[in-house]
Amino acid sequence: MAWLTEILKAVLLTLVLFTYLAVVTAMFGVYLERKISGWIQARLGPKHVGPQGLLQTIADTVKLLQKEHITPRQADVLIFNAAPIMVAVAGLLDWVVIPFGRLGDRVLVVRDINIGVLYFSAMASLTVIGILAGGWASNNKYALLGGLRAASQMVSYEIPLALGILWVAMVAGTLSTVGIVEAQRGLWFIFSVPPFGVLAAVTFLTAATAEVNRVPFDLPEAESELVAGYFAEYTGMRFALFQLGEYAEAFAMAALAAIMFLGGWLEPNLPAWLWLTLGIAGVFVVVLLVVSGAARELILQPILILLALSTALCVIMFFGVQAGRSPVLPSPVWFFTKMFALVFFLIWMRWTYPRLRLDQLLNLSWKVLLPAGLLNLLITGFLITVAR
Amino acid sequence: MGELAAFIILSCVTLIPAVVVVTSGNIVRSALSLVPTFLGVTGLYILLHAEFVAGIQILIYAGAITVLLLFVIMLTAGGTGTRIRQVNEQVPLGAMAAVWLGFLILLVIFRTPWQSAATAAPQYNIASVGTAFLTDYVLIFEVTSLVLLVSLIGAIIIARREE
Repeated sequence: MAWLTEILKAVLLTLVLFTYLAVVTAMFGVYLERKISGWIQARLGPKHVGPQGLLQTIADTVKLLQKEHITPRQADVLIFNAAPIMVAVAGLLDWVVIPFGRLGDRVLVVRDINIGVLYFSAMASLTVIGILAGGWASNNKYALLGGLRAASQMVSYEIPLALGILWVAMVAGTLSTVGIVEAQRGLWFIFSVPPFGVLAAVTFLTAATAEVNRVPFDLPEAESELVAGYFAEYTGMRFALFQLGEYAEAFAMAALAAIMFLGGWLEPNLPAWLWLTLGIAGVFVVVLLVVSGAARELILQPILILLALSTALCVIMFFGVQAGRSPVLPSPVWFFTKMFALVFFLIWMRWTYPRLRLDQLLNLSWKVLLPAGLLNLLITGFLITVAR
Repeated sequence: MGELAAFIILSCVTLIPAVVVVTSGNIVRSALSLVPTFLGVTGLYILLHAEFVAGIQILIYAGAITVLLLFVIMLTAGGTGTRIRQVNEQVPLGAMAAVWLGFLILLVIFRTPWQSAATAAPQYNIASVGTAFLTDYVLIFEVTSLVLLVSLIGAIIIARREE
């Protein structure tokens, strides 16, 4: 009955992964997005439901669950109903190859397959079919325009994305995500073959931002032109499934960037004095902010919180390294720290930059990112071959 | 036993939407039905332990070719594509060709003396695929690249002429 246990295991892991996506990426992601956007625009963000508005997205989810499903009269019902599920499932499948860390000898990953990152980009490319189908089936001109924009954008940005992934695969010598993390034990890939690691990381992150349709590349859902783009006709939970798929994919891109360029779950291998210096500098700035009274300013409070958190991390690391423990913190802590740092970066970008025009968007992909990615691949390959 | 069950399920996943592709009156539905067909073929590749081909199959066929098809339909057919009906006036001819082809394939399958390999299958990984491309099959590989390049240049020239 080996196949029965395999199927049971698959079902259980799917449930765990889906719960993780719904709670961490969708609910917590939306909360973070609203809080950080509030901070950047000098507002408070959600505040009334629960402490600091933490339960706001749970209340929103309950509201969305109760809403009526509306299907437009002239819509293609079958495709209309299938499209959100396709987007959500594609977002879920991305996470199959993401390793969260290490527990003893086991790597915390659903499946470590030998084509890991190829699988990831294949699954990420499936989202666009759901988006296009949903936009077409709604029988609404705004939705159709949004779907078409999404298709042209995602097809053209898949190439720089794949070039970024190829660079990592070439340097690591493997496509497996676990293998890529293990290959970074000495040096993170963002610092290897300088400055080409940084270039590859920038190419990948830009293409990833465009691939998940976030500002400054959010033309498919440009509110001011297209109402809401491809999901303009969707209500209640179907709308929520689109959002879930989008956030799942945005977080998956951040997680993959952390795995490919920032060493995944590996701990940064710095000497104790550097941790101490960073910790003392952090404490100094925090004390300065509190003493000068600037901490009461609304706009500085999040900075204070982030600083205090990273200072605490530095101090813990200093004492850990002094005590001689080799991995000081459990590995998932590092994975989530890196992933949320990148998620913060994505949200920061979203609320800072204005939207591009469609021709600028396509020019950036075909005339800047594609040649840069190709040259990067060529030069790095040459350098690696020469060094060998 | 498990392999047979998987094969039957994957064949159904491949063939039922394939029938929809050729019989549906709505051209967008036909194009979208290609997605499960491609995914079923991917499953068959995985059943044959050809993971790399499976990944490429999803990336190219399901992720790019279908999108391209839908894109073309939606851009040419007066917006949404619902107005073009897929008409097929050559059903008898097509059925005859299909039956003939099926007969030929069955003939080949039953006439070939299949031998089950005594040794294990050769090591299959991406590195060996790449090595084969650049050593034994380098000419075919380069000619294919050249064909793609020519079609790319042709597309650009056609697009330029309209300006």
